[in-house]
Amino acid sequence: MLVSVVDIILLAFLVVTALAIVRLRNLFGVVMLSGIYSLLMAVIFTLLDAVDVAFTEAAVGAGVSTVLMLGTLSLTTNQEKAPTHTRILPLIVALVTGATLIYATTGMPRLGDPNAPIHHHVAPRYINESGTEVGVPNIVTSVLASYRGYDTLGEVTVIFTAGIGVMMVLGRRRAKPKPGEKRREAAEDGKAEDAA
Amino acid sequence: MIHHLIPRVVVKLLIPFVLLFGLYVQFHGDFGPGGGFQAGVIFAAAFILYAMLFGLDHAQRVFPAGVISFFVAAGLILYAGVGFASIVLGGNYLDYDVLAHDPVHGQHRGILWIELGVGITVAAVIVKIFYMFSGRGRD
Repeated sequence: MLVSVVDIILLAFLVVTALAIVRLRNLFGVVMLSGIYSLLMAVIFTLLDAVDVAFTEAAVGAGVSTVLMLGTLSLTTNQEKAPTHTRILPLIVALVTGATLIYATTGMPRLGDPNAPIHHHVAPRYINESGTEVGVPNIVTSVLASYRGYDTLGEVTVIFTAGIGVMMVLGRRRAKPKPGEKRREAAEDGKAEDAA
Repeated sequence: MIHHLIPRVVVKLLIPFVLLFGLYVQFHGDFGPGGGFQAGVIFAAAFILYAMLFGLDHAQRVFPAGVISFFVAAGLILYAGVGFASIVLGGNYLDYDVLAHDPVHGQHRGILWIELGVGITVAAVIVKIFYMFSGRGRD
């Protein structure tokens, strides 16, 4: 009973925060509210016993991405431009998508249902055998790091690639060439002259 | 730059504990919630906090941008290297069973190293992105 009251209050706060994000024109406020949204999400994940996910959501969603958004705001303006055209079509698209998703949830198994398909594929093996096969008390860690080690390697590669991408886009801020580059250009010029 | 005295003092007291908590999350991830990803983010957050209050120049004196770029790649190479180590020792790629005399011990060892690789890359990428963003508006 108490748990469902807490759930309802948290979800209500989530909806209020989301509506405030949509209504607000001040982007500084939007960034702060999206941090709050992530923090509320982290609390909800904790209530769903997904502590590892909650941890990540709190650290990344509420912490680091807020800082990065603020960094972006300091480079741009913190006031959203007024819309130039009507927003009927986007509203319809959002409503239809939302209605489809809500309709789809009716086909999902109930939360915690032991007969749900997800509890019958590899989950029994992880729960029964990981203690003897991997020997790590936290099953989440043994799934992520050992059974699905390949996937986690892929995830780290994605993070690495994201970092490289940011370095490529934002890293080139020197307009004048470095002395080393100048020398190389001169050498290439020399070669071109030799060829001529 | 405005001299934020109270936040500076508080953050100076707070940072060692944040870093310690990061290490705890990194190496205690086998037993409780957490792991390399969360630890990397916490480590980077402590560092970003320092850079925000004391300026980018001070932060880059502790961790120069070149060193961060090295760690961005080093974590991923460490992870992939564990995979190659298990091939060399006669197993499949990322099969930790062969890393020690008995499989469970090998699993522990493999998870420790790959989580460390994840933590290093995540922390370095986040600090690097922060450097890129906050260094950009200055010139």
